[in-house]
Amino acid sequence: MNMNWLLTHSPALLIAIPLLAAFLTPLIDRLSKRARNVLVLIVLITVEVVMIVLAWDVFTGNTHIYTMGASNPTATIPVQAAIPIRIVLEVDGLSAFMGLISATVSLAAGLYSLAFVRRETGQGRYYTLLLLMLVGMLGMEFTGDLFNLFVFLEILSIASAALIAYRFYRGDAVEGAFKYFVISSLGALMVLFAIGLLYGQYDLLNMAALAKVMKYTMLDKIALVLFIAAFAMKCGAIPMHMWVPDSYTVAPASITAMLVVASQVSLYALFRICFSLYGLTLDVTTVGIIIISLGLLSMFVGVTMALPQKDIKRLMSYHAISQTGYMLLGVGVGLYLIGKPEFSTYGMAAMEGGIFHIFNHALYKGLLFLTAGAIFYKVKTRNLNEMRGLAHSMKFTAIFFMIGAFAIAGIPPFNGFASKLLIYESVYCVSPILSIIAMLVSIITLASFVKVFHSAFMGPPMRNTKEGEVPKSMLIGMVILTVGIILFGLFPGWVVDHIVHPAAQALADQAAYIQAVIGG
Amino acid sequence: MIYNIPFIVVVLLIIVGLATVVFKRNLIKIVIGITIIESGVNLFLITLGYRENSVAPIYTFAPSTKMVLPVPQALTLTSIVIGVAVMALMLSFAIRIYQHYGTLDSRKIRRLRE
Repeated sequence: MNMNWLLTHSPALLIAIPLLAAFLTPLIDRLSKRARNVLVLIVLITVEVVMIVLAWDVFTGNTHIYTMGASNPTATIPVQAAIPIRIVLEVDGLSAFMGLISATVSLAAGLYSLAFVRRETGQGRYYTLLLLMLVGMLGMEFTGDLFNLFVFLEILSIASAALIAYRFYRGDAVEGAFKYFVISSLGALMVLFAIGLLYGQYDLLNMAALAKVMKYTMLDKIALVLFIAAFAMKCGAIPMHMWVPDSYTVAPASITAMLVVASQVSLYALFRICFSLYGLTLDVTTVGIIIISLGLLSMFVGVTMALPQKDIKRLMSYHAISQTGYMLLGVGVGLYLIGKPEFSTYGMAAMEGGIFHIFNHALYKGLLFLTAGAIFYKVKTRNLNEMRGLAHSMKFTAIFFMIGAFAIAGIPPFNGFASKLLIYESVYCVSPILSIIAMLVSIITLASFVKVFHSAFMGPPMRNTKEGEVPKSMLIGMVILTVGIILFGLFPGWVVDHIVHPAAQALADQAAYIQAVIGG
Repeated sequence: MIYNIPFIVVVLLIIVGLATVVFKRNLIKIVIGITIIESGVNLFLITLGYRENSVAPIYTFAPSTKMVLPVPQALTLTSIVIGVAVMALMLSFAIRIYQHYGTLDSRKIRRLRE
């Protein structure tokens, strides 16, 4: 059991360990609650450590391939066959990047949950579903097989829907979960139909093998439309956003932080389909413009709808929609320019900005939702008008909230500034208007969070609440994300060079993606 | 022409299902709509693998004639299993919603919109 063995098998292990642990959890839950918590924590920490080891190796230039069920995991094409027929996991820069996000936020959410759901019933099922969510996310990120993508997508949506309805004794939780689940199932069925269209033409399910023979016929265009619509719906881009505020608001705060990452995994799938599956065969200008306009709409409409909200989590959910717009804008500009000479100058920078923003968003939005959960834990309301002066008793939460709010508004030296600056600079070269809208949205975001900070934390203390800070495990969960925000904000250059650039490169270089599986 | 009939049925099923999801107000009917779309997609996958005058894809003792494609059948089977899970969870949400609001009409269930 040496380092090499671990590295070779890590893509499969990262999915298998949480999956097995998920089904072990309810069993251990019967014996001892403490043992169950320890098991969940050990699994989450193991996944994080293995993910860091794997990501480190991937970022230095090795794409990891793992063929399920083959005697040699790197042999993607069986001896008697001409095409890859087994399920292949392909971990390139972007997969590893997204895997890091999922593992980190899951660890923070898991730690936070220890105290946060302590008073609820059915915790065994809660942790089972939390681990299944992690499985779904990692599976979607690692898989190189379209049908496998669909299966993990469904695992992710079923687990998320059940967790959104975790506080089922409140009617609104079930209502939000139902909305989320209708949208998710529709999206998943669209994806399955598109997979069928592609399979009917090429007899292939492997993404790399499909990308190699892609002809961009009429049916491929229909499949592309279905993919884009389904994944844009699942990541909450504006015309299909109505489920986001409803489900983010009612889910437990730790799950909302995970849901933010889950929507970004859908964003990842969208980018993967556009860049790695279709790549240069598609009409990059048109599709690029469509994604850019989705991004602009989400940014602007999201933030304007956030302004009048009174519910703290609902307000943050609209900001989540608005921030998703930045990622769509950055990567959309990259898609718009790919294959053109400008790509190497500012197209790449736009993509790096968009992809860097995914990580930053997961960190600060996760942190903000966790602080909202901490407030809910103490004052039992999400209504901003019913809370005030919380900074008197919850000093740490107030500090974390400030850090998160500064990061989301793009104020240096926090991480949001680094990625937003990259996006401003590069999209300015395409059209100054894009940049102006992006900056305007940032300013409105800051205004809205100043309002929240003022009404929740400032003023005289509330009389009827218990004194004191939230429990330690919740604070530790928030600290993990805060440390990430500060580190990424202080050393953006290093992060962009060593983590974000390999991810953007993996997305832009379709030939390398195909070659890693097919060879030659 | 005769071989296109399954595809026409697929399109019809999906349209009927979508219309149900969009226009019906009863939550149970929305669940039914999703199930109809799912049947349409499953039928589509199965039809893709069909070959005329062929046998089931079981290699042992198979006569040396054409076989239908086994992969779409495996996909459909997986999709059916997932569909059952989806339907079960949705219906249990509907039960909970009925317990809380005393109705399944989506126009009357609007606690979240304030």
